[in-house]
Amino acid sequence: MPNMKRENNIAQTAAEFNGFSKETIAKFNEIKNHFPVGKEKSAIIRMLHLAQTEVGWLSTEAMDAVATFLNIQTIEVYEVATFYTMFHVNPVGKHVFEVCRTGPCMLVGSDQIIDYISEKLNIKVGETTADGEFTLKTVECLGACGYAPVLQCKYKFHENLTKDKVDELIEAYRSGIIEN
Amino acid sequence: MKVTIDDIEVEVEAGTSILNAARKIGGEVVPPAMCYYSKLPGTGGKCRTCLVEVAAGSTADPRPMPKLVASCSTPVMDGMIVKNKTSQRVHEGRSAVVEFLLINHPLDCPVCDQAGECNLQDLGYEHGSVKTRYEEERRTFDPIDIGDKIKLHMNRCILCYRCVEVANQLTEKRVHGVMHRGEHAEISTYIEHAIDNEFSGNMIDVCPVGALTDRTFRFKSRVWFLKPMEAECDCTKCAGKVVLWMFGKEIYRVTGRKDQYGEIETIDNKTAWICNECRYDKKDLAKWKVIGPRVIDRHSVISQGKYETSINSPIKKIN
Amino acid sequence: MKNRKLLLENVHIPGIETYDVYRKNGGYRSVEKAIKSLTPDEVVEEVKKSGLRGRGGAGFPTGMKWSFLAKPEGIPRYLVCNADESEPGTFKDRYLMEKIPHLLVEGMITASYALGANTSYIYIRGEFMYILHILEKAIAEAYDNGFLGKNILGKGYDLDLFVVPGGGAYICGEETALLESLEGKRGNPRIKPPFPAVKGLWGAPTVVNNVETIAAVVPIVNDGGEAYAAIGIGKSTGTKLISACGNLVKPGVYEIDLGLSIEEFIYGDDYCQGIANNKRLKACVPGGSSVPILPHYLVTKTANGDDRLMSYESLAEGAFASGSMLGSGGFIVFDEDQCIVRNTWNFTRFYAHESCGQCSPCREGTGWMEKVLYRLETGNGNLRDIDLLAEINKKIEGNTICPLGDAAAWPVAAAIRHFRDEFEWHVSHKEEAIKRNYGLSKEPMLA
Repeated sequence: MPNMKRENNIAQTAAEFNGFSKETIAKFNEIKNHFPVGKEKSAIIRMLHLAQTEVGWLSTEAMDAVATFLNIQTIEVYEVATFYTMFHVNPVGKHVFEVCRTGPCMLVGSDQIIDYISEKLNIKVGETTADGEFTLKTVECLGACGYAPVLQCKYKFHENLTKDKVDELIEAYRSGIIEN
Repeated sequence: MKVTIDDIEVEVEAGTSILNAARKIGGEVVPPAMCYYSKLPGTGGKCRTCLVEVAAGSTADPRPMPKLVASCSTPVMDGMIVKNKTSQRVHEGRSAVVEFLLINHPLDCPVCDQAGECNLQDLGYEHGSVKTRYEEERRTFDPIDIGDKIKLHMNRCILCYRCVEVANQLTEKRVHGVMHRGEHAEISTYIEHAIDNEFSGNMIDVCPVGALTDRTFRFKSRVWFLKPMEAECDCTKCAGKVVLWMFGKEIYRVTGRKDQYGEIETIDNKTAWICNECRYDKKDLAKWKVIGPRVIDRHSVISQGKYETSINSPIKKIN
Repeated sequence: MKNRKLLLENVHIPGIETYDVYRKNGGYRSVEKAIKSLTPDEVVEEVKKSGLRGRGGAGFPTGMKWSFLAKPEGIPRYLVCNADESEPGTFKDRYLMEKIPHLLVEGMITASYALGANTSYIYIRGEFMYILHILEKAIAEAYDNGFLGKNILGKGYDLDLFVVPGGGAYICGEETALLESLEGKRGNPRIKPPFPAVKGLWGAPTVVNNVETIAAVVPIVNDGGEAYAAIGIGKSTGTKLISACGNLVKPGVYEIDLGLSIEEFIYGDDYCQGIANNKRLKACVPGGSSVPILPHYLVTKTANGDDRLMSYESLAEGAFASGSMLGSGGFIVFDEDQCIVRNTWNFTRFYAHESCGQCSPCREGTGWMEKVLYRLETGNGNLRDIDLLAEINKKIEGNTICPLGDAAAWPVAAAIRHFRDEFEWHVSHKEEAIKRNYGLSKEPMLA
């Protein structure tokens, strides 16, 4: 990214990463078999999803481990991870609210929802709460335009948002009623 | 296969691109190319400066193509009729591309080492407008070092992907690549990896702009003050056929030998890429056998600096 | 016949997402019919006869696309389903896959058989990870019941089917970008030629089809291409899923016969039931964010005064001067309070955000338009900017590697064409423009 974000871009190595769990490794191996011999690189995006789910974000260590696993250069993993917007290459909170801001959602009030979440959590778009619980991000069309406004947290969709629903949602995530 | 470009007919093999067919004719009909590099398979199609109009697709199907096409990556068909210089649409399309390439490009030619041999500068002279219409803030990045010999000025990069292909094709291990996307796309090592490979310096030679420059030469001199000399040496790693850029007896810079399209020449059927030792570590004239002066004829600024074209002719008339 | 449904007929049956219920309701008949009694070429022939056109947005005849597939000896062929539904306004494929996943699996098997593919992939956008799991469950059931795997129905045809997620990139809906992504790379569209039919996935001949297109193969094989072609109007045959959103009483996914009048679709009781909150219609983007916007007087009627219909031809009537496109069927409706400048800026921001950054006109041009539109929207524009925008978008259009450049340019061109006065109002009434649009006066949401 241009200047404003370069600092973060140089990976923060503070994350603790001690290799992937047995389950994740087993899943990696299974996914590799979806593709012909020699074409295993195709598994990379799904592996990055799994890696992110396990680590919470994509630290360089996690990405390097994926590279080792696929026997490719680390740069090939970085190139892919930074291209796709679902991957967090910087640390994020425990729950990441990704609120859709594209046309159809905007028509029915996504701007107000974003502002409301921002006020409620006392963070700006792109920031994480001090307790590390929530990160607020805006994303482009989530493909749920008929149920707008909508936000996604991990892989769950929360649709037809209202201010009340947002209150409930924050509470539910904070108290662990909705699990990631 | 017969193809007609700007009313000039040329016979080429099947599979030849329009651009290479035009290069076979040579001269003014050759579209400019910022990203295509004939010596690096896989390059091309991205910068869109080589757009041409296809007025007739082929003898079999003489319909015109609706859009301008990238001449570097469109193969010719028998009986194809192409317009480059003779097409107003091409002229407009190319001006558009140049404008786009320049909106975020810094106007730092006066301090840029590439000035004088910069493809974008040449294009700007030919197709650019005098004034920019871009009133927004320009995109900026901090310059970074890629290893101890190469400086990356991402601000100047036009994302041609040539350097990525050099790393892919000439070195065993690529450590830099294209990160992010859209207007935020950038060439980067992501984490500060040094590029450490015997042929990595060729990235500097293929860069069409001043994004990748030779740190052993940075700010030492303007290229038009230097005298390019063809030279060679016995090198175990590369062919050792280079151009020495000299001031008096001093070697300021060593580069590969570039042809009229800015590409490294083919010598003895091989692209004469040079190794890092020849490029950075042999600045002593005793290490080279100098063959003679190198003719540089393409770049606008260098050529103008030599006073060989524009001013010489009137003098002759007076005489 | 009204409300006929070919794809969504059974969608409300409880348990239809399971193999047993789906099968009991006539599921997998097309596979049986195709594999047991038709040659692959005969299936292709039925699809040609049906007149089915690609449902992803371009509307290219599917049968023709299939017949272009190169069939060199000794090289595998692939069928890839494009489930990267990301066009703003479009959410039909998601609905279909979530509610009735076996329909897509069935379509994939029948289509793969027709194309001679032994490995097929469904590429689904990463945000739909939960649907990936739904599909994988359906696929596992199909394997268990002998519709996938080796020697399907004992007829010697083998097929493996896998689901592959993306990672969040609109551009991967472009078929060559999708293939790049499927190969585990950045989603940069490829330079064409060669086309995927000759050199696609891993260099092998490949067909890429939208979810709805693949699903439509099921009724086409079951009932015959001619029966399918009898539905619809002119060259717009069959049914189409329309996902309606924006300021409507009842947004959602509707299956319609092509040729339905737009007036009925917006106001009819069986469909969207009119504009929400008793407001009036201001404008409509009928086929996903990439297609030109239509002002209210061109939505239900064409410039000639004919009824505007839901068909490829009728929506394109009047070309770009007074028409639009059916596109992917993402029907976005704007009520009288909506600001066209703001919406145009929003869409342009979307395209700037989603540009892959490979080719210069799109990378630089979309960002430039976004910045100019943002200035206009926030009351910092001037009249010159409106002409500048019109010019930038002309310079992008047609000069890019893939259609994203065009998709970014068209909405801006159409908005200025039909709503120029509103752009000018933003220049002449700067302060009101800022106040009017909630949100911006506080925290500008830039990329």
